[in-house]
Amino acid sequence: MSQAPELKAPNKAISHSTLGRARRWSWIFQRVSGALLIALIAIHLTVNLVRGDGINQIDFAFVAGKLASPFWQWFDFTMLILAMVHGGNGMRMVIDDYARKPWLHATLTWALRITTVVIIVLGTLVLFTFDPCPANADPSLLPSFCEDFS
Amino acid sequence: MTATAEKPAEAGAIPSMTVTLKILRFDPDGLDGREAGTEYWEEFTVEAHATDRVLDALHKIKWEQDGSLAFRRSCAHGVCGSDAMRINARNRLACKTLLKDLNPAKPIMVEPIKGLPVEKDLIVDMEPFFASYREIMPFLMTTGTAPERERLQSPEDRARFDDTTKCILCAACTTSCPVFWTDGQYFGPQAIVGAHRFIFDSRDEGEWDRLEILNDKAGVWKCRTAFNCTEACPRGIEVTKAISEVKHALNTGEI
Repeated sequence: MSQAPELKAPNKAISHSTLGRARRWSWIFQRVSGALLIALIAIHLTVNLVRGDGINQIDFAFVAGKLASPFWQWFDFTMLILAMVHGGNGMRMVIDDYARKPWLHATLTWALRITTVVIIVLGTLVLFTFDPCPANADPSLLPSFCEDFS
Repeated sequence: MTATAEKPAEAGAIPSMTVTLKILRFDPDGLDGREAGTEYWEEFTVEAHATDRVLDALHKIKWEQDGSLAFRRSCAHGVCGSDAMRINARNRLACKTLLKDLNPAKPIMVEPIKGLPVEKDLIVDMEPFFASYREIMPFLMTTGTAPERERLQSPEDRARFDDTTKCILCAACTTSCPVFWTDGQYFGPQAIVGAHRFIFDSRDEGEWDRLEILNDKAGVWKCRTAFNCTEACPRGIEVTKAISEVKHALNTGEI
């Protein structure tokens, strides 16, 4: 019997490190966050576009009113984090599959990481530092509770 | 060879038809004034019976029209798994595909299976495919001394992995997998089927070694459940289900 020929791809050295576990958790996260996002986005769309006056109700006052409530702040924050990490994780898999040149792979992966973090930070800032009653604004455009402050 | 080409007299009762085969050829040597490594489509027209398979048409071309056409086949009856090819954009065994089932009114497109390096015409280098299979250690692993009699197993334990014992290593599933096409680092559905056959065998004790290998970067987590493998399998193995069972075992730690 001659010896089996030298192995070629796919024979990357098998790592028993955290790598395998990381892949597994990324797979599980993708499924769990996907299910959660379906529920969150359905509620988001129903509250914004279906209930009340529907699409016509969306103006500064409506959005400001929602973002003044801690419930909607945390609801939107959860949706933001899940959507960005879910989408970023999916993009990472696409990059892993299709960007074969090492420099391209590294560039795209880092671009993806940076944009994900920047969008999460900006979104969180808006959610938690938003001023629903800006000074010197036309009171007719503001949510009703702003009158208490003026 | 001529004996197979001659049909018995009553074969005239079977309706015959003219079939065009459009074959994607690859010429590594540069014959007939072609540049070495040329890839080109070539059309052949053959007279065939309604009972003929794609393999019969390929035989007719090779034996009667162009002896340089290269393809693999061994048993020619769907057992050895040598003649997997992409026929009308689907991976099938040429010996199990009837011409009449393929709409013979149009040219039948025959290509080598995708994702493996083509060596000549319909012959691909199967080595990366077999390397993946070797990597999951497709042999019985046990501890202790070997028993004097055969290792017994209940019918229920046998049924647990029955589906994946049917694999003939034809590579139709692996080369239909879009993830395998992209970077070639994925083990591919067949290696996972091969591992499944031992992981869920009550007599085998190497299940966690194999699961650890499949938990790797190139392992089961690359599967996107595209179901191409299940559709391509000429043996009817539910490949995607087998992959999901391996994922389940890794997630729960139970086999």
